[in-house]
Amino acid sequence: MKIGKDLVAASATPMVLAILSEGESYGYAILRRVDELSGGELQWTDGMLYPVLHRLERNGYVKATWGKAESGRRRKYYRITDRGSEELASQRQQWRVVDATLRATSFHPFQMVPQGI
Amino acid sequence: MLDERIAEWRSYLRRGQAIHQVDVDELEDHLRSQVADLKEAGLDEDEAFLIAVKRIGDLEALSREFASEYSERLWKRLVLATDAGESGVGWNREALVAVGLAVAAGVAIKIPELFGVHLNGPDRDVSFYIRNFSLFVLPFLAGFFAWKRGMEFAGRLWLMAPFMAAALVMNLFPFTPEGHTELLAALHLPMALWLTVGVAYAGGAWRDHDQRMNYVRFSGEWFIYFALIALGGGVLMGTTMFIFGAIGLDAEFLLNEWILPCGVMGAVIIAGWLVEAKQSVIENMAPVLTLLFTPLFTLVLLAFLGTMVWTGSAIDVEREVLIGFDLLLVVVVGLLLYAISARDPQAEPGAFDGVQLVYALDYESGGAAAANSGPHGVEHGDQVLGIDAADAPEAGRADRARRT
Repeated sequence: MKIGKDLVAASATPMVLAILSEGESYGYAILRRVDELSGGELQWTDGMLYPVLHRLERNGYVKATWGKAESGRRRKYYRITDRGSEELASQRQQWRVVDATLRATSFHPFQMVPQGI
Repeated sequence: MLDERIAEWRSYLRRGQAIHQVDVDELEDHLRSQVADLKEAGLDEDEAFLIAVKRIGDLEALSREFASEYSERLWKRLVLATDAGESGVGWNREALVAVGLAVAAGVAIKIPELFGVHLNGPDRDVSFYIRNFSLFVLPFLAGFFAWKRGMEFAGRLWLMAPFMAAALVMNLFPFTPEGHTELLAALHLPMALWLTVGVAYAGGAWRDHDQRMNYVRFSGEWFIYFALIALGGGVLMGTTMFIFGAIGLDAEFLLNEWILPCGVMGAVIIAGWLVEAKQSVIENMAPVLTLLFTPLFTLVLLAFLGTMVWTGSAIDVEREVLIGFDLLLVVVVGLLLYAISARDPQAEPGAFDGVQLVYALDYESGGAAAANSGPHGVEHGDQVLGIDAADAPEAGRADRARRT
């Protein structure tokens, strides 16, 4: 099953925030984690993650710092802020409503929508 | 090998302007992590690189995404400061050289004052300034490009020759004060010298077709920048008059003596530098303006042609009108050349090319009309120097030929 472009875009913010709520991370690792958690079902265009991260930083949901990777390369790490956690909680709530609404319909195929985030 | 390809990829990414150096660093880290993982999975370096690049996605789309996230970045590129992440050394030096040359040109125009040749006042010698103004500024512009393109010493020396020759001719030739020959010479000198600047612009490779077309584009964009600066300068002068007037001082001398002459000279250089430094800002606008004005000029020219044929009065025009006509031909040649230079070489001929054809025809017939009036003009003239009569029909073509 391939998840549509619009849904991928819409889910990007809560997804990134949720992964960062597990702990500080960086772009490549975030994408690996998305891949892992979705069992490869959620396919992102790698580059597009970065404008999303930068927008989250501008909105104050995450905080970025430059650090060093094990290899000695410069690497930008992201950490979720308190505001980001609040936003994540709010978005989770919204997704739950959407999900619950879809489940409540009698149209069965929608029950295939993946559960929770 | 990998480093090389990554460097290439980086420079491609940087061209998008919306993506800054630091963002490229971040993306590079991503790319390298991906390559490392793929290599671990058993791919060779080339394959790993290709897949990693593909996964990052379409760079155009990524640029757009960054641009919409950082819309202010595109605006910032108008500001003189370089962004923090960029190695701005070369850029800054170019700005310094340009501003330095602009100041030099502004000062140069004041030098004749030291020798008692005044621009204003009762004993002014306006004719000197009319004849020579381009000699005070275009050498600096040529110098800027000679420096920027790293022209060789011999090339620079050759570049000076036309300016020297022009200076000699303009000042030794026995012009009748305020005569037509003088006016025509003064009108055409900047155009001839502009071509000399073109040699410097091409870094000496003026025989190269692409370089010449680039110079045509440069000229159009330069004109737009110059007009914009002139607009700002007009506001500056108006404000100066007003605020000094408010405290009971007449600032007119300040305008006439300093702001206007020095400002115009400086603006020529600054406009040239801006086209180079901030080309992307204007390059989208210039073809649009051309597209806008070409049909309008075409209408006027067609109306003019029609009227000329209808009344059959081409031969009766006064010489003053002919000089004006001469300038019109320059405008037409300018628009024509510029429109061609902005044309997509792959495009099919369209209506716009038809309009240009009308231009070319108009140009020819205009030249013919002027040629017809040649003998008449000489009759009317106060001097028979040949140069006047030869000037009108040749117009733009002669400008190109009279490089020295």
